[in-house]
Amino acid sequence: MEEEVKAPVPEQEEYVINMGPQHPSTHGVLRLVVSLRGEIVRNVEPHIGYIHRGIEKMCESIAYPQIIHLTDRMDYLSAHINNEAVCLTVEKALGIEVSDRVKVIRTILSELTRIQSHQLFWATFGMDLGGLTCFFYGLRDREMVLDIFEETCGGRMIVSYNCPGGLMNDIHPNFQKRTKEFIKYFRETLPEYDRLLTGNVIFQERLKNIGTVTREQAIAWGLTGPVGRASGFSCDVRKHNPYSAYDRVTFNEILYNEGDSFHRYKVRMDEMWESMNIIEQLIDNIPEGSYAEKMKPVIKLPEGEYFQSVETARGELGVYIVSDGNKNPYRVKFRSPNFVHLAPLNLMSKGAKIADLVAINGSLDLIIPDIDR
Amino acid sequence: MENSQLAALAATIAPDAQVVQGKQFVEITLSPSDLFAVAEKLKSNSETALDMLVSVTGMDYGTELGTVYHLRSTIHKHMIVLKTRVTDRENPEIDSLCALWPAADFHEREAYDLLGIRFRNHPDLRRLFLDSTWGYPLRKDYKDDVNILAR
Repeated sequence: MEEEVKAPVPEQEEYVINMGPQHPSTHGVLRLVVSLRGEIVRNVEPHIGYIHRGIEKMCESIAYPQIIHLTDRMDYLSAHINNEAVCLTVEKALGIEVSDRVKVIRTILSELTRIQSHQLFWATFGMDLGGLTCFFYGLRDREMVLDIFEETCGGRMIVSYNCPGGLMNDIHPNFQKRTKEFIKYFRETLPEYDRLLTGNVIFQERLKNIGTVTREQAIAWGLTGPVGRASGFSCDVRKHNPYSAYDRVTFNEILYNEGDSFHRYKVRMDEMWESMNIIEQLIDNIPEGSYAEKMKPVIKLPEGEYFQSVETARGELGVYIVSDGNKNPYRVKFRSPNFVHLAPLNLMSKGAKIADLVAINGSLDLIIPDIDR
Repeated sequence: MENSQLAALAATIAPDAQVVQGKQFVEITLSPSDLFAVAEKLKSNSETALDMLVSVTGMDYGTELGTVYHLRSTIHKHMIVLKTRVTDRENPEIDSLCALWPAADFHEREAYDLLGIRFRNHPDLRRLFLDSTWGYPLRKDYKDDVNILAR
């Protein structure tokens, strides 16, 4: 009789598995090399670059108005806000003041972008944790925002609606009506999201005290947006460095001190209410005026360096343009929030279970094209 | 603190460096050998208190390579820009700031990957996006036969 082969005892041996690049919970081509002992995560090493397109390099050979078509494709759920960041930087460099109409429309569209991004977060986060219903509810409501975008901007996700000096064209006559319809509808629907998911005991048990980040860690790692604010780090660019029309609206910066996955989720849920408040303050008083300033056909920035940050749905996006006076930028750097948020993933998930890794990864709401750029 | 006061303060912290009040922020240009010490002082000084590293940008100035650090104080809400340059294009070396701000980890790996700047004392300096067969694409002398935009 053959000698009995003993199976290795997993609790005593460390083994390495690849999560991704085609894992459904990574929402894109992110590969995590996870070292495990039993079910406990010992080390996580992210491997990125599968969709690195070299956007920063491409920017060096194109003109400024063309850059917005590339920034659309970084964080595609905050496409409008990314474009706004580039436009604000170029306008700052040229000393152009856009009309109030442009500022207000940009702000409304930014907030609509934030709402649809958080809706998709809610939809996919629920799905990652086993609640498939969320996915259908979230996408159903997000469709209304995308329809508004389609009518006014022409695109649904890749909007390319901002351009240096203003907007590509004026808003659609239906814009105000449809936005108000959506707000009315969503004010009734958003509590349904809470009833469906937030109060669920299994959902809460899987998220509370998982992937905790302290305030000091959040600052040291540069975590901004909902991830930083869940740890009590007040970092909302809209509050601290208001741009566009954020200085004329009142809204609360959502802050929690717990810093775990559940509160990252809570920040986003509360931010949707705040975004609706902002839109309601502006939607009835869009000032008259031109939708775009007259720009030279070839835009040349004066020699120098320009930095502008905006608050995307995921955190602080910084645009740093170095110009040598030509029609192409000398160097463009995007400080993208997702790239920064990925770095401390190992810190957050060390010692957690492998199922928690999915929850932590989901609560960071990473968009891979924004990491790879 | 106003930018002019901040510039005066920065000049006392880094006497060997060139401190300019730029269009937006105070800019400190210093030699790579001073970088770590000055950054440490700027972080620990209670008046500058630069506790957050916003971004690290690798730069190619033609004959020189360099890095630009955007630093922010979450207490005083001001920003300072640090700049440093190295002339050696074959083997450029700059001190890593990972020990001060862990956020520098990925930013510096990115600069190493795309510009070939080596960061001394970086805990894990490997290429981030590309594999080792690539050159350094963000350098100005990088030959790119594929890019139809550049052709």
